[in-house]
Amino acid sequence: MTTETATPTPEPPEAGERPDKRPPFMVLFGRYLTEANSVMVTVYSLLLAFLIGAILLIVSDETVRGTWSYFFSRPTDALEASWQVVSNSYRALFEGAILNFNTIDRMAAGTAEIGDLLRPISQTLTYATPLIFTGLAVGLAFRAGLFNIGAQGQMIFGMIGALIVGFSLNLPAILHLPLAVLAGAVAGAAFGAVPGVLKATTGAHEVISSIMLNNIAGLFLVWAIGTSFMHSETRSELVTKPVEDSASLPLLLGFVDDGLRVNLALLIGVAAAVFVWWLLSKSTFGYRIRAVGFNEHASSTAGMNIGRTYVTTMSVAGGLAGLAGAALTLGVGSGGITTNTALEYGFDGITVALLGRANPGGIIAAALLFGALKAGALDAQPDVPVDMSTLLQATIVLFIAAPALVKAILRLRAPRGGLVTLEAKGW
Amino acid sequence: MAVKPYKLALAGVAATGLITLTACGEAPEEGSGDDAEASFQACMVTDSGGVDDKSFNESSWAGMNDAAEENPDIDVDYKESSNESDYDPNLQAWVDDGCDFIVGVGGLMTENVNTAATNNPDIPFATVDGFSEVENVHSIQFDTAQSAFLAGYLAAAQTETGTVATWGGAKIPPVTIFMDGFVQGVAYHNEAKGTDVQVLGWDPESQEGTFTDDFEDTSAGKSLSETFISQGADIIHPVAGPAGTGAVTAAGENEGVSVIWVDVDGCESLPDDCSVILSSAEKGLAVAVKDAVLAAYDGEVGGSYTGTLENGGVSLAPFHEFEDAVSEETKTELEEIQQRIIDGDESLGLNSPSSPAAS
Repeated sequence: MTTETATPTPEPPEAGERPDKRPPFMVLFGRYLTEANSVMVTVYSLLLAFLIGAILLIVSDETVRGTWSYFFSRPTDALEASWQVVSNSYRALFEGAILNFNTIDRMAAGTAEIGDLLRPISQTLTYATPLIFTGLAVGLAFRAGLFNIGAQGQMIFGMIGALIVGFSLNLPAILHLPLAVLAGAVAGAAFGAVPGVLKATTGAHEVISSIMLNNIAGLFLVWAIGTSFMHSETRSELVTKPVEDSASLPLLLGFVDDGLRVNLALLIGVAAAVFVWWLLSKSTFGYRIRAVGFNEHASSTAGMNIGRTYVTTMSVAGGLAGLAGAALTLGVGSGGITTNTALEYGFDGITVALLGRANPGGIIAAALLFGALKAGALDAQPDVPVDMSTLLQATIVLFIAAPALVKAILRLRAPRGGLVTLEAKGW
Repeated sequence: MAVKPYKLALAGVAATGLITLTACGEAPEEGSGDDAEASFQACMVTDSGGVDDKSFNESSWAGMNDAAEENPDIDVDYKESSNESDYDPNLQAWVDDGCDFIVGVGGLMTENVNTAATNNPDIPFATVDGFSEVENVHSIQFDTAQSAFLAGYLAAAQTETGTVATWGGAKIPPVTIFMDGFVQGVAYHNEAKGTDVQVLGWDPESQEGTFTDDFEDTSAGKSLSETFISQGADIIHPVAGPAGTGAVTAAGENEGVSVIWVDVDGCESLPDDCSVILSSAEKGLAVAVKDAVLAAYDGEVGGSYTGTLENGGVSLAPFHEFEDAVSEETKTELEEIQQRIIDGDESLGLNSPSSPAAS
């Protein structure tokens, strides 16, 4: 870690005057704000990402670019147009993700209902749900020093497991739904265990094996959807049979408006986050995970079974990713899944885990942020390019992963314990 | 790590210089006045791939734009879907925006379009590549087996090696319908002219064949094509959108091999490779979408359209650089067969299980 003494910072003048006296709260707070600690690095990463996004919005808008070409003959045009496009775009993202002010006006006029008002937030929660699971799947493995790139494949097997139980059994909902969710978790766990076993027995690196397993899972899905066992009987496109109603995840806000798609999977996700928190901080197994992640040789010397820890950790991580698959299959995709249903939720889980610093609360917050970006970008298009959400996500993570960059750009002070970088070991 | 003040100053000077260079244009007159607002808003929801997918999304969007160009009172806009979970929010967003006509692209979206149309009976909808029975939904479909049949006949007439091939992007009806027609066209040539041309890559009886399982993977398309070339094929019909360019590349690298393109005229979408494109089995998506928008503007709601050889919705594209290579005899025969397909002549052996029910 670097220690810097020469960095000039906009520190309040009182700070150095009387070292014996504890400075007032505002000074401490100001100092905290100018320090590159993990909280402020996250905050500044978000701000910087939105700043870069703003510049790109200005550059990519043809009309605004036009006004910059005559900046010196009438600068107000360029500034006004730039401000317009940036503020309108971010406003549109906000309205699509959280609260649409137009809907409030429409409600006052009687043309909209409470369901319309809740729709943006419901969209955000819907898109955040699978990311909570995949974020946890990657984050948990991080803590054992494992880099689980395989969440995508584990999720796909979760989808298949949940789907098969979802359409083939005929049970009352009270049994069917839990069974289908469980099938997703079990299928994901089984697939997640593979790189764990390979690493424990042969030393094969989990990054390599799980990348390959992702490809296997993706192609397996394409094949499986086409089989007569899984393919839809009524539709000609490449889509599977729908899951039975008794295995579909109930909508949380269905009583308000059945167009609000946020479903029970969100609560399962929160429960899973609590479980992971408990596992890591309260259980013996979690202690072992953290010990192995911290120093596998020391843990081995202390008598821990490293191989078994790898396998179990990867299984639990795979189970979490499998739940993401179950959430997709039994939730918004309950009309049947396609080769495209999984999108990149497994890979996005890596960025969610990074942003959430592999800690369950942080992962939920990061998943909500990414869900909001996705919901906002979907709603704001075509005025705002739909890739804006991906771009913001990538930029945020870039800064989070390189705290020294944020520190250098904003000339922050080094925190007492040094910069916190999240690292995955094993290379 | 601190930035030295002089460096900052230097950067400032450089930046100012750059802005001065690029920002010295004349300001335009103020108050140039906006164009009159169009009164009819036609809106489209794409399937995954987006409006620049060189496939059905792009063609549909081109049709929307053509309609807007023809009638200045029509304004068009689109929203992209990354997968099926985006269909409902996108359709709903257009309903909320007060669109006067909403087009959903892709058969996968048909059910979502149906739901949205049932909930909003006052708004006319359309579904591209899908069939709907909801009253206010206009269905746009294509019997592309007809144009592919002509393509197959052409391939059988033109092959030097006696072997032709076809492969697809995925085993789904909008793809396999081309392959059915292609193989049956070859079979008819064999029957009518006593030839023995082999087709690799698809069996219409068992509905089994060769696929990349990916519409984007051009290298998979190229390697499949090379396999077929090594097995003797000299004309290849890829039915895979962008992945099909792999076949074009393979044809360019192998002497005497040509390609029959799909969906649009290959010489127009891939002008640099026109020298290896024998012809194309076209599907007039853009025209159909354009007509649907214009009809909706005139107040027509619902109904269905099936593109056929008869109404020009599907066709065999011009031969371009192969104009002289195709004999007058073959050209005449193709015209005769086209007429017989239009007349519904069943003795041709053209029947694809994927064909849309004739309207």
